[in-house]
Amino acid sequence: MNAEDQKRLLREMIFYRRFEDRTFEAYMERKIGGFLHLYSGQEAVATGVLEMARTGHDYVITGYRDHVHAIKTGAPPREVMAELYGKQTGSSRGRGGSMHIFDPTVHFMGGYALVGQPFPLAAGLALACKHKGSDQIAICFLGDGANNQGTFHETMNMASVWKLPVLFVCENNLYAIGTRIERSTAVTDQYKRVCGYNIPSSQHDGQNIETVMEAAKNAIDHVRGGNGPYFIEFMTYRHRGHSMSDAKGYRNKEEEEQWLKRDPIVLYTEKLRKAGVLSDKDIKAMEKAIDDEIENEIIKFAEESPEPRVEDLTKYVLDDNPDPRWIGPLQK
Amino acid sequence: MAEIAYWEAIRRAHDEELANDPMVIVMGEDIGVAGGTYKATLGLYDKYGESRIIDTPISENSYTGVGIGASMAGMRPIIEIMSINFALLALDTLINAAAKIRYMSGGRVQCPIVMRTPGGTAHQLAAQHSARLARMFMSTSGLRVVTPRGPLDACGMLKSAVRCNDPVIIIEHERMYNLKEEVPDEEYFRPLEGAEVVREGSDITLIGYNYSVHLCLEAAKRLEKDGISAEVVDLRALKPLDRETIRRSVEKTHRFLVAEEDEAPVGVGAEIMAVVTEDCFYALDAQPARVHAADVPVPYNHTLEKAAIPDADDVYQSALKVMGKI
Ligand SMILES: Cc1ncc(C[n+]2csc(CCOP(=O)(O)OP(=O)(O)O)c2C)c(N)n1
Ligand SMILES: [Mg+2]
Repeated sequence: MNAEDQKRLLREMIFYRRFEDRTFEAYMERKIGGFLHLYSGQEAVATGVLEMARTGHDYVITGYRDHVHAIKTGAPPREVMAELYGKQTGSSRGRGGSMHIFDPTVHFMGGYALVGQPFPLAAGLALACKHKGSDQIAICFLGDGANNQGTFHETMNMASVWKLPVLFVCENNLYAIGTRIERSTAVTDQYKRVCGYNIPSSQHDGQNIETVMEAAKNAIDHVRGGNGPYFIEFMTYRHRGHSMSDAKGYRNKEEEEQWLKRDPIVLYTEKLRKAGVLSDKDIKAMEKAIDDEIENEIIKFAEESPEPRVEDLTKYVLDDNPDPRWIGPLQK
Repeated sequence: MAEIAYWEAIRRAHDEELANDPMVIVMGEDIGVAGGTYKATLGLYDKYGESRIIDTPISENSYTGVGIGASMAGMRPIIEIMSINFALLALDTLINAAAKIRYMSGGRVQCPIVMRTPGGTAHQLAAQHSARLARMFMSTSGLRVVTPRGPLDACGMLKSAVRCNDPVIIIEHERMYNLKEEVPDEEYFRPLEGAEVVREGSDITLIGYNYSVHLCLEAAKRLEKDGISAEVVDLRALKPLDRETIRRSVEKTHRFLVAEEDEAPVGVGAEIMAVVTEDCFYALDAQPARVHAADVPVPYNHTLEKAAIPDADDVYQSALKVMGKI
């Protein structure tokens, strides 16, 4: 990879970290409501995998921890922020919020609250790609906990039987809210769980972005090559609580500190610094530019955008312009 | 015009829609090679192939989810669920996903799926094969729910459902698949909205949907012999509900009952009662009634099963009561 790309990827990850930190502040100021699940610590996974995908062309879908996936897929960050603010200019017009970011213009097909629900939806997106004979694939990001849902098993089976072009990315951060993986899951290596469905799989370090990219490239090539699904597991960690109200009483300090040392941004910064790609000064300038962008562009846009109109409460329930040939009225 | 059976009408709609649009696919258990539990897809596997007529594993929630995902990318899946009892397993993807995605994406993503399923008691299938549950879908924002009473609607409404951009739940009935009716030879569509006055009358309105329309029609014939003119309204669509047609009929007859095969609590009948109370309470000249199933899991024993489920005589007796004749 050339130095420009390396710098860009580091910048992206720092941007995602700062974006999430800023949403935390806005939440504390009560500008953002509902549940807010932050991605800090896991940035290398979405950034690395989606760097290798054809974003805007492939379909991407995930759970409720979805801001970074949406942005890396191509959703404008200011629209994502406006969505968190509940504004009409938001990605989902203020109807979805943090957990339900959608941007079909770049094929980001949503964040979902129901743990495990994106599995079958992703397989369906893949079925459509296959049916149309296109070279698109579907990429589904979910957590380790999601693999204990029935939809995981049902979907792995169908994806395998039907050889669907779908990549399942498991972000194993060792916890499902406050339950550590050993306490809920008989087989803790998630990539082993799809053997029973004849799906090729592998496990990788999710904190080193270049490792992620290399592994993702192989997996994506497999899927795009018409060989059916692939399941890829990345070992990672979320620095913050599950959502805003989490006191993290179920984790110990030593573990958290260990993983802070393996923070994807720390690791990559170190690497690029050593390789002479970036100096401390460059990094400072980068951070400053990011903070300016977030404050003067993104937050400003969200703050200044209009609220949805109450008159539009019942819009978007059903097709707002249905064809009378199918709907009626009934000719007497 | 030719007379065809309900199952043939559904099969014809599938065939025409598959031929019309390559994005239409059919998914479900035993619908392909086996031809469908109720023959609704008979012969279509041979005609359209396994990529369009998809035999699924017994994974109701997830194959429904696959259909929903495909619809989000432009496909038009018709999903068959063998019995409404099994549709309970698919409520997550139907109610949490299909019904919500348009709204929570701010209108940017749609899920034009059709889910067909028989709901109702057949012949001694006992409690786990006799659910009705229309009310559950009827109470969910973001869905359309229709209940074709015969072959004409079964074909015409399924075709409209495939083309409509919303998720549509079609509730059929095990005892209607062999019911016959004349349908046009040329292609036709029947709208997904609007109740229908299927028999005009002036003394009392009998409101039904799905199979109970036939109970109302039979009761109306008997009432006629007693000199009572009964109007029969088929709701056709439970969601959105055509309140206007209900109001007009009740304002004309000043008396009504509503017949459903489901248990009464929080049901379709309860909803119709509420609608009449809100829309035309002062038009009523008599206390209305609900005809419904007993509040029990449906029993196996033939006599008990019959006692649990309303029939035409129950509708007739109830109408006489509303008329003050007994
Ligand atoms: C079906 C369902 N059950 C329970 C929940 C509550 N819940 C939200 S997130 C979560 C944990 C999921 O953990 P994991 O899949 O590992 O993802 P992570 O949050 O770690 O990214 C639970 C139990 C839910 N949203 N959906
Ligand atoms: Mg987890």
